[in-house]
Amino acid sequence: MASLPTTLSARPLGHRELIWLAAGFLLASVPHLSRMPMWISVLVVAIAGARLVQLRMHGTRPRKWLLVLIAVGATAGILLQYRTLFGRDAGVSLLVVMLALKLLETRNQRDGILLGFLGCFLLVTNFLHSQTIPTAAYMLGCAWLLVASLIGMQYTGPWPGWRQPVRRAGVLILQGVPLMLVLFLLFPRIQGPLWGLPQDAYAGLTGLSDNMSPGSLNNLILSDAIAFRAAFRSGIPAPKDLYWRGPVLWDYDGRTWTAPRIIQNTSDLPAGDSPIEYTVTLEPHNKRWLFALEFPGVRPPRSVATRDMQLLSFTPVRTRIRYDMVSSAAGAYGADDDRALLMRSLRLPADTNPRTAAFAQELRRKFPDDRNLVAEVLTRFRNQNFVYTLSPPLLGEHPVDEFLFETRRGFCEHYASAFTVLMRAAGIPARVVTGYLGGEVNPVGEYILVRQADAHAWTEIWLANIGWVRVDPTAAVSPARVERGIASALPRSDPLPMFVRGDFALLQQMRLTWDSVTYTWNQWVLGYTPDRQRRFLSQLGFSAATWQTLTFMLMVCTGIALLIGAVLALRDLRRAHLDAIKAVYDRFCRKLARRGIQRGSAEGPRDFAQRAGRQRPEIAGAVAEITRLYIALRYGAESRPEQVKAFKNRVRGFDA
Amino acid sequence: MPSPLNAVTDQINRIILGKTHQIRLAIACLLARGHLLIEDVPGVGKTTLAHAIATSLGLKFQRIQFTSDLLPADILGVSVYNRDTGSFEFHPGPVFTNVVLADEVNRATPRAQSALLEAMEENQVTTEGETRPLPRPFFVIATQNPSYQVGTFPLPESQLDRFLMRIELGYPDAQAERALLNGMDRRDLLGSLKACLEPEGLARLQREVQQVQASPALLDYLQALINHTRQAPEFEHGLSPRAALAMLQGSRAWAYMDGRNHVLPEDLQTVLPAIVAHRLTPAGEMRSTSRNDLAAQLLQQVAIP
Repeated sequence: MASLPTTLSARPLGHRELIWLAAGFLLASVPHLSRMPMWISVLVVAIAGARLVQLRMHGTRPRKWLLVLIAVGATAGILLQYRTLFGRDAGVSLLVVMLALKLLETRNQRDGILLGFLGCFLLVTNFLHSQTIPTAAYMLGCAWLLVASLIGMQYTGPWPGWRQPVRRAGVLILQGVPLMLVLFLLFPRIQGPLWGLPQDAYAGLTGLSDNMSPGSLNNLILSDAIAFRAAFRSGIPAPKDLYWRGPVLWDYDGRTWTAPRIIQNTSDLPAGDSPIEYTVTLEPHNKRWLFALEFPGVRPPRSVATRDMQLLSFTPVRTRIRYDMVSSAAGAYGADDDRALLMRSLRLPADTNPRTAAFAQELRRKFPDDRNLVAEVLTRFRNQNFVYTLSPPLLGEHPVDEFLFETRRGFCEHYASAFTVLMRAAGIPARVVTGYLGGEVNPVGEYILVRQADAHAWTEIWLANIGWVRVDPTAAVSPARVERGIASALPRSDPLPMFVRGDFALLQQMRLTWDSVTYTWNQWVLGYTPDRQRRFLSQLGFSAATWQTLTFMLMVCTGIALLIGAVLALRDLRRAHLDAIKAVYDRFCRKLARRGIQRGSAEGPRDFAQRAGRQRPEIAGAVAEITRLYIALRYGAESRPEQVKAFKNRVRGFDA
Repeated sequence: MPSPLNAVTDQINRIILGKTHQIRLAIACLLARGHLLIEDVPGVGKTTLAHAIATSLGLKFQRIQFTSDLLPADILGVSVYNRDTGSFEFHPGPVFTNVVLADEVNRATPRAQSALLEAMEENQVTTEGETRPLPRPFFVIATQNPSYQVGTFPLPESQLDRFLMRIELGYPDAQAERALLNGMDRRDLLGSLKACLEPEGLARLQREVQQVQASPALLDYLQALINHTRQAPEFEHGLSPRAALAMLQGSRAWAYMDGRNHVLPEDLQTVLPAIVAHRLTPAGEMRSTSRNDLAAQLLQQVAIP
C-alpha cells in the first residue's frame, strides 16, 4: 500500500498524473466545447494537445511571455465575440481557456491540485446549460476522474496502479452522499433557478408563438421536444377531448394570423358540471402562455386569464413550472361579448382572397342560419378531396383562395385559417386558436406527454345566444388526427420524428420508461422548490420552517454527519501514523536504490539492512541504526514522538 | 535466546548433527503449542530428534509405533474387567503423556490415525462414552515416511492441517556425517540426556511467547500472504484461518527464540515454509511444483506492506 504524505509540496508531477489531469479537464470541458465558438474550442484542444506532446517529447517549459500573450489574446477574442466577459457563455469560455493555459504551465503538485479543484468548478458550469439525468451522470463520471487524479497526485511511494486511486475516489464520493443529501434537502431554496441570470439562457427554446402563417407549424411538428406533461387526478380523457388551449389569434393580414398585444382580463371563468382535475408540468418556452384543457376553470398562481380564455403568466416561462388546473368541458362561453370585440373577429384585410369572399356570400344566401352554413362548409371539406398532409404546396398571394379552390392539400393551420376566413367573410365572428391536441399516454407514469409535434390549430366561432364554440375543420378532413393523434393521420411518407410515430414497440416502451424517470427527476430533483421543501419539512414535523430553522437544521445535520466521519477517521489514526513511518522508510529505500542497492518487494527490513551493509560496508552502521529505529517503530511497541523524529532526521540526513 | 532454551538446543544439536535450523523450528513449534510432523526417509534421525526434544524439555515421553494393524485402543487405552472389585477399570493408553511420538504415522489405517486426532485437537480422549483429559502440556510429534513409499496411508489434508509445522530433516552434510560416524552410539547419547527445563518451565516460556507483539503492519503482511493463496491460480485452495493462526504463533515463537518481543517480517518468512508447505496443493500449471517450492514462491510474490 502506498502511503499519503502530510504536507503539500512543490514536488514535480509525473507523466501519469498530468495525463490524468488533462483527461479530467478535457472531459469536463467536452460539453462546453460543442457550445462555444469554433475558435475557442480549437484553441483549447490545441493547448491541451500541446501539453501532451510536450510531455512526450520532454519539451521545455513554454516561455512566460508566450503564455501571457495567449491569455491576453484569448481574453480580447472573447470580449470581441460576446461583447462582455461576464454572463454564462462568455464567463465559461474564459474559464475554459484559462484552465487550458494553466494545464500548459502545470509542473508541480501544487499547480496540479489547483487545476483539479478548478476542474471541479468548471464541471459545475455544465449545469448552466443542461440539468438532465444524462448530464448529471456524465458530470458524476468526470468528478470521479478528477477526484481520482487529485488522489493520485498524493502518492509518494511506488505507484499502486490505477485501481486504488479510482476506488478511493469512489469511496470518497460515497462518503459525501449523506452530506450532499442534507445540503440538498435543507439548504434554503431560492425561487427559480440559481442560474437564471443571463438573458442568453433562453435562446433556442421552441414552442408556439403569437402568430401563425402557412408553414409555421410544420417546423414544430418535426420536433419531438416535450411541451408539457399532464397528470390527471382521475382517468385520462379521450384524445378527442384533449384540446390544450394556447395563443388565440385574432388579426389577419391576408397571410399571417397574429395575437393582439393587449387583451382584456377576466375573472369570470366558466364553471362546468364535470370538472377535470390535473397537474401540468410545463417546459420552459420563453412565452407567457400556460396551457390548459378547454376551458380553464381556475387561474394558476401568478397568472391572469383573458377574455378569450388564454392563461398568461406574469412573466415568460423560463423554467419548468408546475400548476394544478381544473377544466370544465363546458361547450361555450362569452355569449355576452360586446360589439367591439365581435367586430374585431370579423375583420378581414381588403383585396385579399376574393374568391373566398364571393364563395362566402354565395353560401350566406343559401344558408341564412349560421349552423347550417358551418355544416355545409365542413361537408365540403369532407367530400371534396381535401388532403391532410405535412408537405402542402406553397401558396401565393391569395393563400386561402389557392388552398380552397386549387391545391386542397394542407395542414391544420391551412384548414383553420381558411375556415376562419370563410366564416368572417360570411359574417360569422371567428378566430383561430392554437395549442396542442391530444398527447401520448405514458402508462409507466400514468400521465400524458405532449410534444411540440402535437401542435394544432383550430377555429372558434361566435353564435348568437350561445357564445364562442369550437369548430375544428381538421376533424372534418382527417378525423384520425383528432381521434388517434398526429402519427395516424399523416401519410407514412411524411417525415415525422421517430419517437412520435412509435413504430418499434420495444423502443417505444423504453422511451416511455425513460420519460417517466425524467419526469420523476424533474419533479423531485429539479422541481425541489421552496414550496416543496416546506411541504417535505412539514411532513417531518417542522411546519412553517423559516430559513433560520432551515439553517439551524442544516448545521445540526452537517455537524452530525461530520462527527460520524471524524469518529470513523480517528479509528484509523494509528494506521495513518504507521503509514507515515512507512513513507519515511520508503524514502530511505529510494535513497539506497539510487546507489544501486534495491530492496526487493518481499525483502524484510533486517535482511535488507544486512545485505546493504555487506555491499557497502562504509554505510553499514547508518543503515543498521535507521533499520533498528524503523523496526522498533513499525513492528515494535515504540511510538514515542522523539523516536519518530529521530528516525525521520536520520533518514533525512542519510546520504548513501 | 533465553538461556534455558539455549541449553535445550545445544543439547539436541549435540545428538542430531548439522540440523540446527530444523531443531530450532521444532522447538519453536512446541513453544507455539503446536504439533509437529517430521517427514523424511527412514534413518535420518526422526525418532532420535523427537526423543531428544522430549527429554531435554523435561517431559514424559511415550512412543507409539504405528503399524497397519494398530487399533485405536492401542493408542487410547482399554477398560479391563477387574475380578476383585467386580467392575471395569480403565487402563490408559500410551497417549496419556506429555509428548507422544507417533512413529511412522502414515503406516496405520485411517481409523487408528483419527484416534490420535481427537487427542491432538481437543487435548482429551473419549473412549467407551467417557471423556478423559490428557496431561498438560501435550504434544504429538509424528514422523512419517514420504507417502510414495509402499504400505502407507497418506494423511488427508484435514489431518495435515492439525500439525502446526512439518519439517524435513534431509541427509546430513559430509562434515556432519563424518562427525556422526566418529562419534558415540546415538542410543547411548540419548540415555545421557538430562532435562534442561522443569515441566512448569515450558508452560512459562509458552506464556511469554504469547506476549510477543505482532504489530498491525506485520498482520497486514500475514493477511496479504493468506489472501494471495486464496486468490492466485497456482494454489488448489487457500490457507485456512487455522493456518493463519499457526503462522502468527509460529512467527511469535521464532521471534521469541531470537530474543525479541516483536515479530519481524523475517520471522514470518523463516517459519512460513514449515507451516504452509504441507497445507498447500499446487494447481493448474504449477501442478508439478513441489510443495516447498510453492511456499518459496509465495514468499517471492507477496510484497511486504
